[in-house]
Amino acid sequence: MEWPPCAPCRKSPVTAQQAAAQCNSRSSDSQQQHRHFQSREGGGDAEISRGTERSKNSLRPPRMKRRLSRDREDSTSSCEGQTDSCKRVKQPEDSGDLLSNWARLPQEILLHIFQYLPLLDRAFASQVCRGWNQAFHMPELWRCFEFELNQPASSYLKATHPDLIKQIIKRHSNHLQYVSFKVDSSTESAEAACDILSQLVNCSLKTLGLISTARPSFMELPKSHFISALTVVFVNSKSLSSLKIDDTPVDDPSLKVLVANNSDTLKLLKMSSCPHVSPAGILCVADQCHGLRELALNYHLLSDELLLALSSEKHVHLEHLRIDVVSENPGQQFHTIKKSSWDAMVRHSPKFNLVMYFFLYEDEFGPFFRDEIPVTHLYFGRSVSKEVLGRVGMNCPRLVELVVCANGLRPLDEELIRIAERCQHLSAIGLGECEVSCSAFVEFVKMCGRRLSQLSIMEEVLIPDHKYSLDEIHWEVSKHLGRVWFPDMMPTW
Amino acid sequence: MVVNSVHWFRKGLRLHDNPALQETLNGADTVRCVYILDPWFAGSANVGVNRWRFLLESLEDLDTSLRKLNSRLFVVRGQPTDVFPRLFKEWNVTRLTFEYDSEPYGKERDAAIIKMAQEYGVETMVRNTHTLYNPDRIIEMNNHSPPSHLQKISSHCESTRTSQETVANHYSRANGQISDNHDEHYGVPSLEELGFKTQGDSSHVWKGGETEALERLNKHLDRKAWVANFERPRITAQSLFASPTGLSPYLRFGCLSCRVFYYNLRDLYMKLRRRSSPPLSLFGQLLWREFFYTAATNNPNFDRMEGNPICVQIPWDHNPEALAKWAEGRTGFPWIDAIMTQLRQEGWIHHLARHAVACFLTRGDLWISWESGMKVFEELLLDADWSVNAGSWMWLSCSAFFQQFFHCYCPVGFGRRTDPSGDYIRRYIPKLKDYPNRYIYEPWNAPESVQKAANCIVGVDYPKPMINHAESSRLNIERMKQVYQQLSHYRGLSLLASVPTIQEEAEPPMSDDSQASSSTAGQPSSPTPSPHQPTPAPSTPPNSEPSTPNTSPSAAAPGAHAQRKRVRPSGLPSKQKSKVKHTNQAKGVEQKTDEKQ
Repeated sequence: MEWPPCAPCRKSPVTAQQAAAQCNSRSSDSQQQHRHFQSREGGGDAEISRGTERSKNSLRPPRMKRRLSRDREDSTSSCEGQTDSCKRVKQPEDSGDLLSNWARLPQEILLHIFQYLPLLDRAFASQVCRGWNQAFHMPELWRCFEFELNQPASSYLKATHPDLIKQIIKRHSNHLQYVSFKVDSSTESAEAACDILSQLVNCSLKTLGLISTARPSFMELPKSHFISALTVVFVNSKSLSSLKIDDTPVDDPSLKVLVANNSDTLKLLKMSSCPHVSPAGILCVADQCHGLRELALNYHLLSDELLLALSSEKHVHLEHLRIDVVSENPGQQFHTIKKSSWDAMVRHSPKFNLVMYFFLYEDEFGPFFRDEIPVTHLYFGRSVSKEVLGRVGMNCPRLVELVVCANGLRPLDEELIRIAERCQHLSAIGLGECEVSCSAFVEFVKMCGRRLSQLSIMEEVLIPDHKYSLDEIHWEVSKHLGRVWFPDMMPTW
Repeated sequence: MVVNSVHWFRKGLRLHDNPALQETLNGADTVRCVYILDPWFAGSANVGVNRWRFLLESLEDLDTSLRKLNSRLFVVRGQPTDVFPRLFKEWNVTRLTFEYDSEPYGKERDAAIIKMAQEYGVETMVRNTHTLYNPDRIIEMNNHSPPSHLQKISSHCESTRTSQETVANHYSRANGQISDNHDEHYGVPSLEELGFKTQGDSSHVWKGGETEALERLNKHLDRKAWVANFERPRITAQSLFASPTGLSPYLRFGCLSCRVFYYNLRDLYMKLRRRSSPPLSLFGQLLWREFFYTAATNNPNFDRMEGNPICVQIPWDHNPEALAKWAEGRTGFPWIDAIMTQLRQEGWIHHLARHAVACFLTRGDLWISWESGMKVFEELLLDADWSVNAGSWMWLSCSAFFQQFFHCYCPVGFGRRTDPSGDYIRRYIPKLKDYPNRYIYEPWNAPESVQKAANCIVGVDYPKPMINHAESSRLNIERMKQVYQQLSHYRGLSLLASVPTIQEEAEPPMSDDSQASSSTAGQPSSPTPSPHQPTPAPSTPPNSEPSTPNTSPSAAAPGAHAQRKRVRPSGLPSKQKSKVKHTNQAKGVEQKTDEKQ
């Protein structure tokens, strides 16, 4: 992945140019560093006040210097125009008159340096002088924030300090653009996320993610409370491009608000397991958000109309569609999707990925894989019958990845061979509690050959037969793959 | 010069293949074998009654064997650091021997004792026999890091042969004085003395001691020879029950020498098969043991998530109530409950059963930390070695060693595959014994009439399932993906991680500077590590920080959280970074080079 360059600033034209030059020529290595530092956000006012103490500590400056000097190396090696200011940075070390010169660092350079620092270090640095304190609050440094909301009683994770949250809402909420909330399993944390959301009245977010790091807790909130907080963002932002609200009580009316305000910009919408949304609700999104390129939802929201809406002429190509097929109660009947709807989808977006996760009982697969389906990534989270896997081999010509967590006690030999035969793009496969005879497995690998880039097979899956023992199969498979391969093992203990 | 020897038993509770014990005997004028035990500690320690019973039986057995050699076992009450100075003086000790303990805690304890012995002018001799190989040697041969996968262990070293000398020959001429009140001072204590109530449940399955271990070894080899199939045995319902040929608890306490076991197996294989090298799978269990011992020997935090460089930091839930249900076999899933009941009653469960309950507790269903599960096993499982227990838990919870995580064992289907008739469940959960086979793994799905006929109403006589497995496994897979996607660009681990997302492109192009910092932590599913997640080694090595906030006296202040996080070596120090790259492919390359050697 390309990492976007970090922010230059444009207060004075000269330095902006220089900074731009720097950004363009930065080595990928330093981008890497940039990412690490940026990502180590968190902490709070307490650190800031500790920072005062610490900055008096004589041990602190060397580290700061080291970071600066590394940063400088990047800069000097990459841009000529920068040399003057570099000298200025260097000078204090020679003259020994540290403080006065540090204070004179131009804001632009400070900002540039600060962008390499994790929040905590920026907070320490902000205690040094007024100038640095101002730099600490520059909007560029607050575009992106991840709120971590965890209760000590329910999570091992640390939490963003409440004082820091207050400060961000007070001073930086209008700067926020890329926001995510990581929430543990407690209702309090979900509550806290909603409180923050409802205070983001004067900001314009581009991305918003509500991420449950444990058992989803948004579902436990009163629906109206959650909706009103979420719609604050929808109404005020107007340019949301990415929205992740899996496992939340979002509903049709709130999606309408989303569409009414953000239809031109929305590109990504993830809303798996949102039980209050109806097929009509998601259809409204598809009808009006023509830029939508990635969508994740549960099967019960999938309809022929939705697929047709997504493949209308006005609509951009869809890139990823993820469907979770979850069984809510045993014996549930699932509707079918017409082949013609899928065909329309493929005609419109020939390269789109269809990722399907099945968490069904064996007897619920009736309506699935009867007709050709353009699925690319298939994940069977529970036991799936030989028969269904046979149908997969017949009807999934675009299949790229297949994971079978469990199957009955009969070997899957013919099914695998058929999949190798007919799924010409298959490049990744994982088998859990299944059985395959060693010869059939070798045959499968031989047929797929080196295009199998991922081959995760539990050791127990492979049943030795007259042709291959377990020791031999590792050689045989390695030979056909062109690399050394071992089955996955669980410890015997 | 008079040589007064003391052999200190800890593990290695046997007389056979015990080189340290032989060193004790070598030219000694008096020999005493001691076991140090703190009865005060016994009650409070997190070790269950079955493990204590096994230990005491093993000590009894040692004492019996020593009696035959006109000696006795001295069980000394107290802590080693208090006991030894007293013994050194009282017995005028000149030589102390013991088996090498490679575990970090043991190394620290032994270092202190060796130092103490030096001060008293006592010579110490230590021999490595609890593992086949010397873990430090394996690490040395593997470029100074523990091997990352099993296949490498065996390729590195050849184990040292067992010592065939028997202790008995030497013993007769060197005995410490046995006083008349030996039993009073140094007798093997009873369970009651350790504070356990034993109400006549004498029907325990595993009897401790070297004698029993050697009998079992013979039966084990007979059975192997009889089956004459050294490939992985097919697992049947019968495998789930305690077997009279099971050996793992005896290896744990050292009642059986792992080297004796290894060479007996090997020799038998070569005799029967006439093939030069036995397959790896023949020694599966033994090699896993070596693997985890080696991984743990230099890692004092091996048994926890925080501060453990090989452990992925996963945001497990705190949920004491759910943990208790699991530990006490009240989950409402008969397969899980039967396993936990067997574990509590007998102290041993089959390794597949371990996989099932470990997966259920952690990544599969309950999303509770492997550390909690490890502690329960520590208490109940007879063969729970510190290293093997922690290592296996990390493995099964996908916290280390980078196994696939897409595969969660189903608490219904997995057991049914192994034991379709449910006899195992009927044995350990008699309440369910009248359920028909069809429903015995999922009684909540049985019609009311069936429940009534079986005299066991779900929700009344037997708990309802505590969790919806389909739903929880769906959620947990997503969580695992969150965790692993944050571990840099690592994609080799799991198939799931290759499911794409347009995440990065969802942001507007970075044409103007206003987009500057979009690349930071705000993108949850980008590979950016979050502050509290493992961060692939930052360029500043953690220990080179001149001052760590931890040293600040006010570490308990509100900011302490975030401060601690910085002290921690960023979740994963550089070692881990390289570990992360061990995709299957990388594994392969390593293996190749191994084979060339």
